[in-house]
Amino acid sequence: MNEDGGPIFRQVAEQIENAIVDGSLPEESQAPSSNELAAFHRINPATAAKGLNQLVADGVLYKRRGVGMFVAPGAREQLLKRRRSEFADQYVRPLMTEAQKLGISSRELTAMIDRWGGAR
Amino acid sequence: MTAAATVTDVTMHFREHTALDGVTTAFEQDAITGLLGRNGAGKTTLMQLLTGHRVPTRGRVEVFGAAPYENDAVLSRICFIKEGQRYPDHFRVRDALDSAALLFPGWDADLAAALVADFDLPARRPVKKLSRGMNSAVGIVIGLASRAPLTLFDEPYLGLDAVARQLFYDRLLADYAENPRTIVLSTHLIEEISSLLERVLLIDRGRVLLDADAESLRGSALTVAGPRDRVAAFAAAHELLHTETLGGSSRAVVRLRPGTDADDVRAAGLSSEPTNLQQLVIAMSLQTAQARPTALSDLEEVSR
Repeated sequence: MNEDGGPIFRQVAEQIENAIVDGSLPEESQAPSSNELAAFHRINPATAAKGLNQLVADGVLYKRRGVGMFVAPGAREQLLKRRRSEFADQYVRPLMTEAQKLGISSRELTAMIDRWGGAR
Repeated sequence: MTAAATVTDVTMHFREHTALDGVTTAFEQDAITGLLGRNGAGKTTLMQLLTGHRVPTRGRVEVFGAAPYENDAVLSRICFIKEGQRYPDHFRVRDALDSAALLFPGWDADLAAALVADFDLPARRPVKKLSRGMNSAVGIVIGLASRAPLTLFDEPYLGLDAVARQLFYDRLLADYAENPRTIVLSTHLIEEISSLLERVLLIDRGRVLLDADAESLRGSALTVAGPRDRVAAFAAAHELLHTETLGGSSRAVVRLRPGTDADDVRAAGLSSEPTNLQQLVIAMSLQTAQARPTALSDLEEVSR
């Protein structure tokens, strides 16, 4: 875990979310336990549990008593929806701030994005 | 929070020197607490009080609901691994482990054997002839295998290389996850252990500077940077811990008021980075050092 990346439980939750979004942790599959996360990331088990519990509270994971935590049906769609809504704030805003600093107009910016898209 | 140990308004004098000055805190049951602070801050004294090695000049210390001093029922549930632990002269590594096995009711011989192998300890070698690092490793084996409900490690890594320290952290976490118990870890290597901690207790010159949940601390402090006047204006609304200026720009470590976050920093036209535990501890310790200049003698380690 990155010590400089803010609360660790949030990083743990984000990594599990990433795995769900990219499909490596499919819906209805079992999520790692807090002890497994603690050992893997070298973090306190209570911190790992806090990350898992946040995902349960968000409806991304659900508990099966005595078995563990599983990825909720519809979790991927839910995460994609949330990330799309956060996209503007997380990526477009810093882009615009830097563009304004450099005096790049929004037309030039659009042209750059088109070119980038076309180049791929 | 259920507390395994509580310290209430404790003051400890050594002749003219005040090692602890009105300390009140509680050690959460089954949590790993990092006991942090500069040399001479009072960390070792606090551990000695918790483990019944000393009686406070004033105040009350309770471990598992009773005063630990000369209390066998409490002391049998405590394992204290001191920095540079000494053993009787004729002891071999094996003798040190055998006597620990008799001392601690929860001793796990299998775990001890596994750890001896992990740290590559020569069981028949006299402890006296061990290197510093190996001596530390013996302490770590005893501390972990004791499974004591309250286990304290006072800078247990002396002479241990980075690989052995990592091994210690990994084994500690693995065994703690399976067998939760109250652990107090005093260390200067804050960056190495900060992610292992659930609680942080920072003391400075015998006083508590910080007593908090490690995760809430991670979000609570930021390093903000930008034009000098804007940084100053922002810091004035929060708790400024440390600031540096270069030309027209400044960088400041601030503890945010509750309810504020990185978005508010951005709104103030400043850039920000999370402040890790080590940076926070340094900033807070420096702040009190500047606020309260002291004689050199105060920085010297308390004699033990």
